[in-house]
Amino acid sequence: MPLTVRGVRIDDTFAEAFGMRATAVIITADNARWAHQAALSMTGFATSVIGCGCEAGIDCELTARQTPDGRPGVRVLLFAVSTAELQRQLQARVAQCVLTSPGSACYAGIEGEEALRLGNALRYFGDGWQISKRFGAKHFWRIPVMDGEFVCEATTGLTKKAVGGGNLLIIGRTVQTTRAAAEAAAAAIGNVPNVVAPFPGGVVRSGSKVGSKYKGVPASTNDAYCPTLRGAVQTALDPDAGCVLEIVVDGLTSDAVASAMRAGIAAIVRLGPKRGATRISAGNYGGKLGPHHYHLRELLP
Amino acid sequence: MRPLTFTLRERPDQRLDLSPLVPHGLVRKTAREIERIDLQTTRYRITVGDVFRLRMGDVEQIRIQGACDRLDYIGRKMKGGELLIEGDVGIQAGRLMGGGRLTVLGNAGPWAASGMKGGVLEIRGTAGDRLGGPLVGEIAGMRGGVATVRGSAGERAGDRMRRGTIIIEGDAGPYVGSRMIAGTLIVRGRSGPLPGFLLKRGTIVLGDSSSTLLPTFIDCGQYELVAMRWLAGLMEPYSKAAARLLRRPLTRFAGDMAVLGKGEILVGSRN
Repeated sequence: MPLTVRGVRIDDTFAEAFGMRATAVIITADNARWAHQAALSMTGFATSVIGCGCEAGIDCELTARQTPDGRPGVRVLLFAVSTAELQRQLQARVAQCVLTSPGSACYAGIEGEEALRLGNALRYFGDGWQISKRFGAKHFWRIPVMDGEFVCEATTGLTKKAVGGGNLLIIGRTVQTTRAAAEAAAAAIGNVPNVVAPFPGGVVRSGSKVGSKYKGVPASTNDAYCPTLRGAVQTALDPDAGCVLEIVVDGLTSDAVASAMRAGIAAIVRLGPKRGATRISAGNYGGKLGPHHYHLRELLP
Repeated sequence: MRPLTFTLRERPDQRLDLSPLVPHGLVRKTAREIERIDLQTTRYRITVGDVFRLRMGDVEQIRIQGACDRLDYIGRKMKGGELLIEGDVGIQAGRLMGGGRLTVLGNAGPWAASGMKGGVLEIRGTAGDRLGGPLVGEIAGMRGGVATVRGSAGERAGDRMRRGTIIIEGDAGPYVGSRMIAGTLIVRGRSGPLPGFLLKRGTIVLGDSSSTLLPTFIDCGQYELVAMRWLAGLMEPYSKAAARLLRRPLTRFAGDMAVLGKGEILVGSRN
């Protein structure tokens, strides 16, 4: 039985999410623009572990006072299904996107139970001219580059308590109103610490189901939520639904994912059904695949 | 809980070995047992009770009052806790120290912080020659921790240093950072001639640009290095003066090209 909050119907269902490995790094630069640029490059093509190897996004912008070297910075979160893949993705992305970005430096963004190699892996770029510096428990590498030095902390932390796949299905009458609701939810989730919404602008329009009629295709379009197939397939949509958008949330902890979903629902409800979404649902696999279940009725504003 | 306090009765007749008076060496000892500890360095036996008035207290906070330059090896192999010395100390204060905090309110003799591996050593006065340096026959000097001298230091501070940080807020004598293997050494004031003599790796930061550098150091230009900014933040709790110096534009001299040449002397520009 769906609940209704300020005219927005909320399905009595739950989002099903999975345990993931995650890490965080802090990228700084001479100014906020270049720190942001390096972070954007590093988190590009990182929407889904299925096709990208990892899911990544910008957690928050940091002021000069909040960063290790007193310059503006950005905190980036990376999620993957295994420690080995996370290490591979971290190393490749920092090497190709942060090391290359003018004026950048990269530091550990999380103290985890285990360490991932950061500067310890990239130092060889220095071709023997890299300089190791230790101060107390801190260890970093100075790698000479063409604009000076790339400073990179030796390691960053790894957490095995991360959760990936928290989600909200946002259903509205038109593309415009549904997109407005999704944008409001993504903006609200952007303010929640320790989470990222890895899809473009935090929003995904091509939700998928497991399997396909074609051999070898692991996932295919979620036809039950495609408005243009309403009537042709067993639909999950009401007659007034004209558009569905999804927000996927990855967090360093289960609580962070729940907080993000709560903030997203609150933002959608605040917008109301006329300007935004008429209904909120969530995606799951019957509760048998993912250990983390986020029931929407427990996340109401 | 009040600290465990030793008060020197009078200047001793001979140099004393105070290395037993460290927190881990006094744990679970009674006052009588502590007073019986031998401190002599000659044939004539001197115990703690002979030269100090003892007031029992927290063994993790030891205070030595009325100290003088005949008290050697203070804080030797110290592992943790705090040791506060009110007065001067003799040779090798904090030698092979692995942890904890040793504070000397007066001056320290030669080889302070020699072979230090961890912890924090602060000398409010001046330090003698070979601060952090190795003893004869040893390959490496200081290997970790932070040694701060608020005053000046003698010759060859940081000799053969391998890791760790030395901060000299005053002036340094000749050959500061000689034969350094790695690590960081900062001299806020003037330094004597030929700093970084045979420097292999490591960083020497000089606050004053007037000292004579060896011709085997190559001018690489002036930079505001991000690494030094970060280091400045980490050093702030130990020395605000050193942190300020690290935030200044620094001219980098690579060397010593007479040996490996992967070290650097960073010289602060005049503000």
